[in-house]
Amino acid sequence: MSDDLTTMTAADLAASIHSREVSAVEVAQAHLDRIAAVDGEVHAFLHVAADAALASATMVDESLAAGTAPASPLAGVPLALKDVFTTIDMPTTAGSKILDGWRPPYDATVAARLRSAGITILGKTNMDEFAMGSSTEHSAFGPTRNPWDTSRVPGGSGGGSAAALAAFEAPLAIGTDTGGSIRQPAAFTGTVGAKPTYGGVSRYGLIACASSLDQGGPCARTVLDAALLHEVIAGYDPMDSTSIDEPVPAVVEAARRGAGGDLSGLRVGVVREMSGEGYQPGVRASFEDALRQLEKLGAELVEVSCPHFEYGLAAYYLILPSEVSSNLARFDAMRYGLRVENGASAEEVMAATREAGFGAEVKRRVILGTYALSSGYWDAYYGQAQKVRTLISRDFAAAFEQADVLVSPTTPTTAFTIGDKVDDPLAMYLNDLATIPTNLAGTAAISVPSGLADGLPVGLQVMAPALGEARMYRVAAAYEAARNAEDGPLIDRVPSLEVSS
Amino acid sequence: MSAEPAAAHISREEVAHLARLSRLAVTDAELDVFAGQLEVILGAVARVGEVAADDIPPTSHAVPLQNVFRPDELRPGLTQEQALACAPAAEDGRFRVPRILGEEA
Amino acid sequence: MSAPTLVDYAEVLERFDPVLGLEVHVELNTQTKMFCGCSTTFGAEPNTQVCPVCLGLPGALPVVNRSGVESAIRIGLALNCTIAPWGRFARKNYFYPDMPKNFQTSQYDEPIAVNGFLDVPLDDGSVFRVEIERAHMEEDTGKSLHVGGATGRIHGAEYSLLDYNRAGVPLIEIVTKPIVGTGERAPEVARAYVTALRDLLRALGVSDVRMDQGSLRCDANVSLMPKGAGEFGTRTETKNVNSLRSVERAVRYEMTRQAGVLLAGERVVQETRHFDESTGSTSAGRTKETAEDYRYFPEPDLVPIAPPAEWVEELRATLPELPWERRRRIQQEWGLTDPELRDLVNAGALELIEATVAAGAPAGEARSWWVSYLTQQANARGVELAGLPITPAQVARVIELVASGALSNKLARQVVDGVLAGEGEPDDVVAARGLAVVSDDTALLAAVDEALAAQPDIAEKIRGGKVQAAGAIVGAVMKATKGQADAKRVRELVIERVAQ
Repeated sequence: MSDDLTTMTAADLAASIHSREVSAVEVAQAHLDRIAAVDGEVHAFLHVAADAALASATMVDESLAAGTAPASPLAGVPLALKDVFTTIDMPTTAGSKILDGWRPPYDATVAARLRSAGITILGKTNMDEFAMGSSTEHSAFGPTRNPWDTSRVPGGSGGGSAAALAAFEAPLAIGTDTGGSIRQPAAFTGTVGAKPTYGGVSRYGLIACASSLDQGGPCARTVLDAALLHEVIAGYDPMDSTSIDEPVPAVVEAARRGAGGDLSGLRVGVVREMSGEGYQPGVRASFEDALRQLEKLGAELVEVSCPHFEYGLAAYYLILPSEVSSNLARFDAMRYGLRVENGASAEEVMAATREAGFGAEVKRRVILGTYALSSGYWDAYYGQAQKVRTLISRDFAAAFEQADVLVSPTTPTTAFTIGDKVDDPLAMYLNDLATIPTNLAGTAAISVPSGLADGLPVGLQVMAPALGEARMYRVAAAYEAARNAEDGPLIDRVPSLEVSS
Repeated sequence: MSAEPAAAHISREEVAHLARLSRLAVTDAELDVFAGQLEVILGAVARVGEVAADDIPPTSHAVPLQNVFRPDELRPGLTQEQALACAPAAEDGRFRVPRILGEEA
Repeated sequence: MSAPTLVDYAEVLERFDPVLGLEVHVELNTQTKMFCGCSTTFGAEPNTQVCPVCLGLPGALPVVNRSGVESAIRIGLALNCTIAPWGRFARKNYFYPDMPKNFQTSQYDEPIAVNGFLDVPLDDGSVFRVEIERAHMEEDTGKSLHVGGATGRIHGAEYSLLDYNRAGVPLIEIVTKPIVGTGERAPEVARAYVTALRDLLRALGVSDVRMDQGSLRCDANVSLMPKGAGEFGTRTETKNVNSLRSVERAVRYEMTRQAGVLLAGERVVQETRHFDESTGSTSAGRTKETAEDYRYFPEPDLVPIAPPAEWVEELRATLPELPWERRRRIQQEWGLTDPELRDLVNAGALELIEATVAAGAPAGEARSWWVSYLTQQANARGVELAGLPITPAQVARVIELVASGALSNKLARQVVDGVLAGEGEPDDVVAARGLAVVSDDTALLAAVDEALAAQPDIAEKIRGGKVQAAGAIVGAVMKATKGQADAKRVRELVIERVAQ
């Protein structure tokens, strides 16, 4: 029985809970049982909040029993929250030893919205430390494993959230995407992940990696589920100055419409620079199949050129570390978090604590960012990177003149083996080649499964202009429906995990 | 013409200086590793100097919002107890920290 | 370190031209902090005016206080500055325990106001124009308490205690262009500039401008240029200059000290120096040449500020009459001589007197109260006149009570004492201390007659020489007048009446 509940979509679970065929508590318990059974192997969670989850589910059940309408279309559905959002009732670590045991005195806006929507938060998921990484190997609490092949990484930084979906530990998850941290793990685990327009989802309570790039977003196993979650968490927040005060795009409606399967009249731009060199043959083949599928749905394929995208990675690895070096300065052992009493002065204690509390990747990026912002190098590095950012936005603007959405493979490769790239930062950074331009431009994108290459999932990326999420969900849903009709849902082919009793 | 970064070379001493600026008590072994890695990374990211010319305006904010303000109204904050709850050390309602060597900026 | 050689002031001026640069930080009196909704009230229990934003907790984000921006624009306009049509906040990155995020959010190369001036009245009635380079917005830091060691100062302390109530309080930093051509008047110009700026900010109502509480702070940059040289010398920045008098003393001291260094053939070290109020001297602090690189970059968590022209014009319309214009007007209205006006200004009494007049008091009375009795009280307490816990409205009420005859001058001083002692409004003090005079003899005589008629036996006794029996009549009159009568006068009237 519990097996069925954990493989259902969020939309179906919600329908069953709201019609009181099944209780939210049963659904929560089924997922908690599944976590207990498989998370030893997957390690998607850093913290499981069983009591809080059951208490929250109980409230939903009681409210439904009293005849009250569900607080949201997802009321009673369980969710895994990336451990980068502050939660007043659970520890929040951002995958770092420096915050081990920290109990935030406030809820992130996303967490608060989930709670008021009646969504059951099962716990907090693993991630690369401070969202820096593409494999979740840079978590201070050990790597997460990919349910498709546990010798492989689930991608990152939101590997925990994506793996939780693929391991059926949760039907919904929240991630954050700074350079691909939602989309790349989605591609690696055969799940769906959307990076909303910058400013679409509040960053209040999201522990910053790179403030001008970070964006929270929904993760799910289907496009419709992602859309339902998107509408719960998105929308204006006066606590975030960069929050957009506009109506949330009607993504649920778009996803439902897209599932109807007709894309006629829609122009799909294929970015010339985003599928050739550096992309694995199996990934390219999957992408070609996807293009044919989109054409069959009636879309018009147009080739577009974004000549500056190739500089995106370089610009990103200057802007991100620069912002990181400043954002992470607050972790100094004075007010909260770890303190290593290894020195007589505040200065020494700060340096000793940061040395002990941060992992290698974080230190590397802090030092790199400090360098890029130094007065002698500012113009050549940080300053130039900001100009490249302008050029990339202009490329997008020009491309969106010719096409309604743009498509590319989400990642150059499929999931790699744990340990393969951990000591080669540059090789690790190349994972984000196709996802980074979207973050630099503040636009939106989604990754949807496009099949397997050598037995491992591949993702199709659909990119949209700022606040153009509706088209993106529509195309993703249409493609998903067509691919499922042909080949069955990819997620059904996840090998079953060994269940520990 | 826009600034061209010099061929990326970053010495161990330079990394040590950056680590001090960043308040990281890195080990000697880390200095060796980071110096090598940073040189490779900087070599790759220096490409940003190849394209963007002087007439290209920089982008600091992806979405062009401006004039976002808050009314000058009180909002409940934290109690002293909440503020100090996670402090590594506290005394008399204040955060207790080791002696401070430097002066204020 | 050996004691510095100080050069005689006259000799300094023979050999050098002083160049000044003044940086004034003013804490705005907004209700809430620059980037969060915490209170800015001075003197609260430690860490009770804090939230995730101003404590720099992970995930917290700043949002700009609209009133802070309005105050900044009004200050800019009052200083004849151009208001920048577009600008961003930047992060100034350096580690310091009193700064929760380890960066200060500050407008760096995009200040909201640039290129203005302030006409500064000097003691002799002339005016010196100080050019303003910029006024920009930033946030204050928390406060450290250094524990252990002999002095309570940072050096030698065992540990420190931090209170973040002040962290995030809005600050405006006002920076002058290099001030040249002052000659011997450099110290006076420095003091006069800070005074004029303080008066302007007070007139704008944007700050408490209390140097003693740190809501107005001045850093003085001083350098000496050898006579005839075309280039400025190396400057020092003196901090901790916490009173108007100190501004003048610090500048003068630095001039004589730097001259000593230069005349000995050495070079002035570019450094931060600290002013010591007790000795009137400065001592070396951090050397600027080895100072940190602040790695400024635009604050990504805040969006640009682009004040629309209509908004700026609306704010311009709210500017009050400027202090020096007002002074001229008041001088004419009150018929003051230049020295009289200057004394009032220097005592910080002008605004108080004017406010007292505005509350209904005649100018002469208002002036008399503030420059004599209240000035004595301020001196006795060691506070500035404006720091006395009495308002112009309260003074005006006391004046009104005297004018109506309800209080004698002597009683009025007691009422003022009561207000200063925190006993409430003047009328409260009058009632509580029973100070009012019923000075209308006709009313009193009626009451006396009534009391005598009611107690003829006592009237008889008094008539018979038992004067102490008058007490009973006085008591009855006091009761009848509800304690408002002057008992001594009542007694006189009783004796007079009986004797008739």
